[in-house]
Amino acid sequence: MGHAVFAEGLRKRFDQKAALDGFDLAVPAGTVCGLLGPNGAGKTTAVRILATLLRLDGGRAEVAGFDVAREAPQVRSQVALNGQQSTVDDVLTGKENLVMWGRLYHLSRRQAEARADELLEQFGLTDAADKRAKHYSGGMRRRLDLASSFIMRPSVLFLDEPTTGLDPRNRGEVWREVKRVVAEGTTVLLTTQYLDEADQLADQIVVLDTGRVAAQGTPDQLKSRLGGDRIEVVVRTSEELPVVREVLGHDAEVDPDGFRVSAAVTDRVAALTRVTSGLASRGVEAEDIALRRPTLDEVFLAITGHRAEVRA
Amino acid sequence: MRYAVIDSWVVAKRDLIHWLREPVRVFANLAYPIISVLIFGLVFGSAMNVFGGGDYIEFLLPGMFGQTIAFGVGTTLMMVSMDADRGVTDRFRASPMSQTGVVAGRSIADLVNSSLELLVLALCGLVIGWSFHDGLLNALAAFALFLWLRFALVWVGIYLGLLVKPEAAQASWMFLFPLTMFANTFVSPELMPGWLRAVSEWNPLSSTVAAARELFGNPGVGGDSWAAQHSLLLAVLWPAVFVAIFWPLSVLKYRNLSR
Repeated sequence: MGHAVFAEGLRKRFDQKAALDGFDLAVPAGTVCGLLGPNGAGKTTAVRILATLLRLDGGRAEVAGFDVAREAPQVRSQVALNGQQSTVDDVLTGKENLVMWGRLYHLSRRQAEARADELLEQFGLTDAADKRAKHYSGGMRRRLDLASSFIMRPSVLFLDEPTTGLDPRNRGEVWREVKRVVAEGTTVLLTTQYLDEADQLADQIVVLDTGRVAAQGTPDQLKSRLGGDRIEVVVRTSEELPVVREVLGHDAEVDPDGFRVSAAVTDRVAALTRVTSGLASRGVEAEDIALRRPTLDEVFLAITGHRAEVRA
Repeated sequence: MRYAVIDSWVVAKRDLIHWLREPVRVFANLAYPIISVLIFGLVFGSAMNVFGGGDYIEFLLPGMFGQTIAFGVGTTLMMVSMDADRGVTDRFRASPMSQTGVVAGRSIADLVNSSLELLVLALCGLVIGWSFHDGLLNALAAFALFLWLRFALVWVGIYLGLLVKPEAAQASWMFLFPLTMFANTFVSPELMPGWLRAVSEWNPLSSTVAAARELFGNPGVGGDSWAAQHSLLLAVLWPAVFVAIFWPLSVLKYRNLSR
């Protein structure tokens, strides 16, 4: 109880390949859960099953209290799905797009128009309401697409890679909208390939790998598991490498070919100062010193033990 | 049930708005048949013979109607595969809308679209010398047969559209073009070599076109084959066969999207 999305032992095979292999998930109502994982990990498959678009081969799942297999129509009236592609109709105006979806969600014409106006206002699209969507910018289009998902004030919203392909400013806009609807009480299940996106939005992160949960926890818990930030020092000669290692500590990794030494740090700026002065006092002049957040690759490497397979 | 009607209308309206707002598409849809009528009627026309005698333009127009209707399957195919590719079909499926609405809307939009094409072609034909001679009621019956075939082709288009990507759908005219030519549309099958003649006479499109010629009172009716002699019956039956095959196939394919 109290879970807006609940899945237990979900299985799904495509031909011979298992896309989901015993996937469990529990998302408390009113929170944001980020599904993180490389391409092919099963994120989209999981979302499609929960949104009643795919039949499951095994296990069971409940969304908004309804069983996705046996009560699909009830689930559909409670959820909205925002896929990777934009379903915005380019030829229709922004408002026409929203009215169309309103009508398909069985609002009366008047209700659909009123709701469309409301959403256009909320998503900052009132000025562009009567412009055809093909003249919209990428960010406006994404917001319109999101707005169309909110027509029925869904209790659960599935966002499948909502900001893939958007520039940083537009990503920020989308994040703001997502936070706003969460504040209104919607539960969000979000898939993403971006760690920072999950970091920004999610209360809980679930890392998927080859159809199974590889790790889960709050963003902070996962980050500390990864060892947090790293400091990296590049020098000019290999003779200097042991000296740098001495400064960075015994956990430091030495890359002799790249004249590079790196180590995990917890206190970002303080560490930078300590290392800089440590190197100076030993007379080592570094080529480069940098603080670096773990890359997505390192996240997967740390959690799953293998690198993210990126599909071409 | 009420929602099925509303949903169909909403989906159909979307397509009709597309059609109206993209003059290029309207133009492209209409330009081909009109230009064909002019090329075949006025350019090749004098060199064409109608088997059994008669005016070529009178013979040609029902054939052009038929080709336009057959090309309609390409439109359906394209729209369905684009919706599937862009995730619109998924949005429809994840919404509470009636699934009948999706396909019924498609049918309505395509039938309205094809009716307009037939109307424009007919007007164009009337200008260059085509006419119907057996009364308005028979003429309307002929147009009804064309739209019946179009309705059947909607189901073929839906099935194929769910099967292929838009890029492949775009190439569909390469197959459609010969299929509409190996028929009685432009040339009497009697003037073709034996094997091709058999193909052309049994081409479902030929039945509708021959039946329409009969109802319009246009030349080129008849022939020795059973198919040619029972064109009216076949014009009703062939589309029914298409519907009987492709309706369940489409429904199955649609359901299997969730596999």
